[in-house]
Amino acid sequence: MKVKSSADKAWDIVFVIICLIVSAMCIIPMLNLLAKSLSGVDYLVRNEVYLLPKGLNFNAYTTVLKDPKYIRAFFWTVFLTVICTLLSLTMTTLCAFPLIFENLRGRKAINIFITITMFFNAGTIPNYLLMQKLHLLSNPLVLIIPGVLSVYNMIIMRSFFYGIPDSLRESAEIDGASFFVILLQIYLPLSKPVMATLALFYAVGRWNGYSDALMYMRDDKFYPLQLLLYNIINNINQVEVATQEGFSAPGLSASLKAAIVMFSTVPILCIYPFLQKYFIHGVTLGAVKE
Amino acid sequence: MKKNATGRPKQKFSVYMKKYWQLYAMLFLPLLYLVVFKYAPMIYVQIAFKKYSLVKSIWELPLAGNHGFEFFIKAFKNNDFRYALRNTLTLNLLDLFFGFPAPIIFALVINELCFKRYKKVVQTIAYMPHFLSWVIIYSLALQLLAPNDGLVNMIIQKLGGNAIPFLNDEAHWIGSYIGFGIWQNFGWGSIVYLASIAGINPELYEAASVDGAGRFRKMWHITLPGIKPTIVVLLIMSLGNILGGGFDRPFAFQNNLVMRVADVIATFVYRVGIKGLQFSLTTAVGLFQSIVGVFFLLMANFISRKLGERGIW
Repeated sequence: MKVKSSADKAWDIVFVIICLIVSAMCIIPMLNLLAKSLSGVDYLVRNEVYLLPKGLNFNAYTTVLKDPKYIRAFFWTVFLTVICTLLSLTMTTLCAFPLIFENLRGRKAINIFITITMFFNAGTIPNYLLMQKLHLLSNPLVLIIPGVLSVYNMIIMRSFFYGIPDSLRESAEIDGASFFVILLQIYLPLSKPVMATLALFYAVGRWNGYSDALMYMRDDKFYPLQLLLYNIINNINQVEVATQEGFSAPGLSASLKAAIVMFSTVPILCIYPFLQKYFIHGVTLGAVKE
Repeated sequence: MKKNATGRPKQKFSVYMKKYWQLYAMLFLPLLYLVVFKYAPMIYVQIAFKKYSLVKSIWELPLAGNHGFEFFIKAFKNNDFRYALRNTLTLNLLDLFFGFPAPIIFALVINELCFKRYKKVVQTIAYMPHFLSWVIIYSLALQLLAPNDGLVNMIIQKLGGNAIPFLNDEAHWIGSYIGFGIWQNFGWGSIVYLASIAGINPELYEAASVDGAGRFRKMWHITLPGIKPTIVVLLIMSLGNILGGGFDRPFAFQNNLVMRVADVIATFVYRVGIKGLQFSLTTAVGLFQSIVGVFFLLMANFISRKLGERGIW
């Protein structure tokens, strides 16, 4: 169609190279970590590991897999993430769906009631005192219930629902379908993209979150993975695995830490590329509020 | 269906409820959630003006000194809080200055790539850091930047330089903190801009090409003006958050050597409030932060409307 000048072609190459560098900067930290987790202790102590493992071995991983504390936290976090995601999606749907009906009396008031919570937050201490009052401190439910609905995500879902043609539900209404039937049989089957996006958002939020556990959870049985990781990185409870095995060499503890970080990252990194086309759409819906 | 032409159904309430009760039933749990977890905590905001005590109910607490403003005055006399306030502002302003343009620039660069496959791979890789928790990012930072065995310092030392204390020296810490903030967000943040670029009328580019505009002229005169509304909305939201900011990132990055520049309001409230049990003082701090936040948001919105831009409402 159009002929590119040589200057234009040169710029094309420049942009390709810029993107190459940027991508490398994203990947190198992960590669370095992976290399450390797979390297022999001697190489680590001598600072010889860069991006490729030296003295390849899986000792760090087998040590981590043998540690009951870590395994427990891992499965507890998986469980939490699944439960939170399912509950959150349900709550978000229940909140977003009724609000698309213009005939709903009080809709405006409800919308204002919901929007206010986005702008004004009571703050850390009032929230903490509330959890205390509700007897949720150190109760495992505190990691599930307080974050069960995100108004921001609800708005994304509502925008998506607005995009579904009204005629679909109106003809169902004429046929006498109840609202529950309309939601379950018309809206939900059409909402896979937004459900996938919000499931990812909620799941990532729960998987990566640690501040709620830090503030509200005193019982280390219920620590999610990220909080355990925080304590390990900051040597708060010592790296138990390392001491257990009778190693205290700095090299091993470095490779152990690297292995633990790899373990707690990989699940999410395996999922997100497959949901890319969905979440791009979801983020865009969130940006054009109302 | 009893929907009349005016749009507002004039049905009897009982008839209306017979059909619509289901929608209210759906809303019940979400609204209950908001009442309990978003509105109920606001009751406790009053302890900012009262002397907190564990044994009394919050309604019976005595009013604090200075007409209830004792703890606000105390907060501003508290050196740790003044540091936290200063650091919150400094770090957020630096984030705004360096972090805000990064996704825009990245979106412009991505938009110029002409190989579709490559474009997609680069995007997928660039979104990756957004999916890492701050604890993990900090541990990556440690592995990269540690003085002895961090990758960057290993390379510096190999080239004959001296190790740089990236995370243990105040000025360097700020740089690392801001840098990893950009690293985490530039790709994710670019999604919105790319969507907005995709919405620009392609005829504009064709017309500009006919007029002989080069790649950068088109970028400057078509793409940037095209995404200006998006930029403005996001800028308003960032400005509204200039005294806000999360807890996870600063808390994960803090260490004892840099607390003087790393302690922000959120972490101050955690340390002094939840750990140190000074509930009234830290509630006052939180309330101050919320009110200033709403004020900044309204101001930014107002200014942007005065300048003829679309606000966020």
